[in-house]
Amino acid sequence: MTDSIIKIHNMNKWFGDFQVLKNINFDVEPNKKIVVCGPSGSGKSTLIRCINRLEEHQEGTIVVDGNELSENTKDIENIRANVGMVFQQFNLFPHLSILDNCTLAPIWVKKMPKKHAEELALNQLKKVQIDDQASKFPGQLSGGQQQRCAIARALCMEPKIMLFDEPTSALDPEMIKEVLDAMVSLAKGGMTMIVVTHEMGFAKEVADEVVFMDEGMIVERAETKEFFANPKSDRTKLFLSQIL
Amino acid sequence: MIIQKSMTNLYLGSSLVLISFIDVFLNSFFQLNLTGFFPGSISLFLPLILGTIGFYLIRADYTGIKHLDILNKNVNTSNFNAVLTLLIIFLIIKAIPPSMSWMVFDANIAGDSRDACTGTGACWTYIKVWFKRFMYGMYPNELHWRVNVAFILVIALGMLGLFAKEKLKKYLALYYVIIYPIIAFLIIYYLISGGAFGLEWVETGAWGGLSLTFIVSFFCLIFCFPLGMVLALGRRSTLPTIRYISIGYIEFWRGVPLITVLFMSSVMFPMFLPEDFFMDKLVRVIIAITLFEAAYCAEVIRGGLQALPRGQYDAAKSLGMGYWKMHIFVILPQALKLVIPGIANTFLALVKDTPLIFVVGLAELAGMLALAKTNPEWLGFAMEGYVFASIIFWIICYAMSKYSYNLEEKYKTER
Repeated sequence: MTDSIIKIHNMNKWFGDFQVLKNINFDVEPNKKIVVCGPSGSGKSTLIRCINRLEEHQEGTIVVDGNELSENTKDIENIRANVGMVFQQFNLFPHLSILDNCTLAPIWVKKMPKKHAEELALNQLKKVQIDDQASKFPGQLSGGQQQRCAIARALCMEPKIMLFDEPTSALDPEMIKEVLDAMVSLAKGGMTMIVVTHEMGFAKEVADEVVFMDEGMIVERAETKEFFANPKSDRTKLFLSQIL
Repeated sequence: MIIQKSMTNLYLGSSLVLISFIDVFLNSFFQLNLTGFFPGSISLFLPLILGTIGFYLIRADYTGIKHLDILNKNVNTSNFNAVLTLLIIFLIIKAIPPSMSWMVFDANIAGDSRDACTGTGACWTYIKVWFKRFMYGMYPNELHWRVNVAFILVIALGMLGLFAKEKLKKYLALYYVIIYPIIAFLIIYYLISGGAFGLEWVETGAWGGLSLTFIVSFFCLIFCFPLGMVLALGRRSTLPTIRYISIGYIEFWRGVPLITVLFMSSVMFPMFLPEDFFMDKLVRVIIAITLFEAAYCAEVIRGGLQALPRGQYDAAKSLGMGYWKMHIFVILPQALKLVIPGIANTFLALVKDTPLIFVVGLAELAGMLALAKTNPEWLGFAMEGYVFASIIFWIICYAMSKYSYNLEEKYKTER
């Protein structure tokens, strides 16, 4: 068994008095694709935001790629540089062109030469099939194109782990497929992925494991086939019966 | 049949409106009262009554004439609007002749002494005679070229950024925030103040007029903006010390009137300084205004920072950017674009606040006017002076606001 790239142990998190994450234990091995699902407000997004410390946890430990995340973590930027993230609202930088969106972080964070960064960015944009839009601004693109650009932007940092926070929830139904296709081909490339999504078709196609969360707890975690065929807890069964 | 009827209404209405205009026009330009044979009050209101009826008739039918119908839809929609329209037009007709005759037709500009002003209108001779004082203050006449050269140099260096090569573009912010102010200061110090390179020393007390307005505004603008930016970031910092210092600073300076700050800077401040430490009054005033306006800038910029969606911070952080990289490349470019109108507002207010430095004895444009109007030889021309100053200030401020619109246009990208 290979060593886990993400280890979360007994993690608790509160927003004020409200406990959003309760006693989370969650390990991810390299190159695994994990889909996290559950009803809204169950803490899925908060969990993956904790993995690159966009949210701080109060108790327990989170170890990402051998570095423990805590208040004393000096080089949180280096850890984040190795963990790509794609957001529900795309969050592209509207004042920069598509190409500049992709090259900004490699140039300034990784100190990559500009020429090299642009080659890399065009390469990544080609993989998500929007290299012909490189000189446009985000506002000129459709939602699906923006989200694919956001994926390319994250990949330009050559991360070891990719986090997806409901990447298709803000999209028109017609555009969901193009984004999922990009994610599928990324998954086939062997990337470690944690995907929060309601797209169960995507989960069945690429996920190694599915995690079901409710009320801040991991209710069930199982191999994908097992999860859909024989859900163990009643809560999971109810959830699946409602969304499938 | 119908068409013919509506045209009758139109012609009748138009002629009534025209008559009312002519009546008011003759009344105000030639003191000729066509309707004088009516009793007083009717004579006074007759143009309004005629005009309203005229507009009513014009409005009564759709004429099929496109422009007229647009006018009817937007201006002449009801009797009330018709009356308002008429009153505004009458007011303009009434107001223009007296102001034009004061400013142009009855005004004097010839000659170079008080005696030249014989007309009942404005005495522009006064402005002409004092023009150099209004521009340069008490600065020695034969040295005015130094002020001009200094300004030309400073403006030229300021424009340099427009011609920067692509390669040097990324140093532009550094140039404008640090290098340019220093060079500008050195130019103004050595050229206008002199005292070195064989140039005669001119103390700052002699500076004045419009050139002083420019100097004070210029330095306050370029220094208060970066300071405001730092304060705005400080106020949103997660470090309590920095946040409370910023809040304290902003609330302090926003709470005191500028005029007391200026008094403090010139009267109180030197008392706290060591005996042998001398700081020029002008420098002290510039520092005082800069510190004061920075607090306003900070709040305007903070508004822009708060308007940005949180996702922008998240995205920048998730790409591994630290605090400074995130702000320099992602947050500030967007936030500053949002606050251009607010910053322009603050800067306009700053320029128009500069006359206040008169209270500490520095006479910029408005200050020179106040001095000139008390000159025994030229008593009684305050009006001309203030009109002149208003026009100058209006031109400066209008140019600034136009420039800010241009900037907005230039940096507009779709979200």
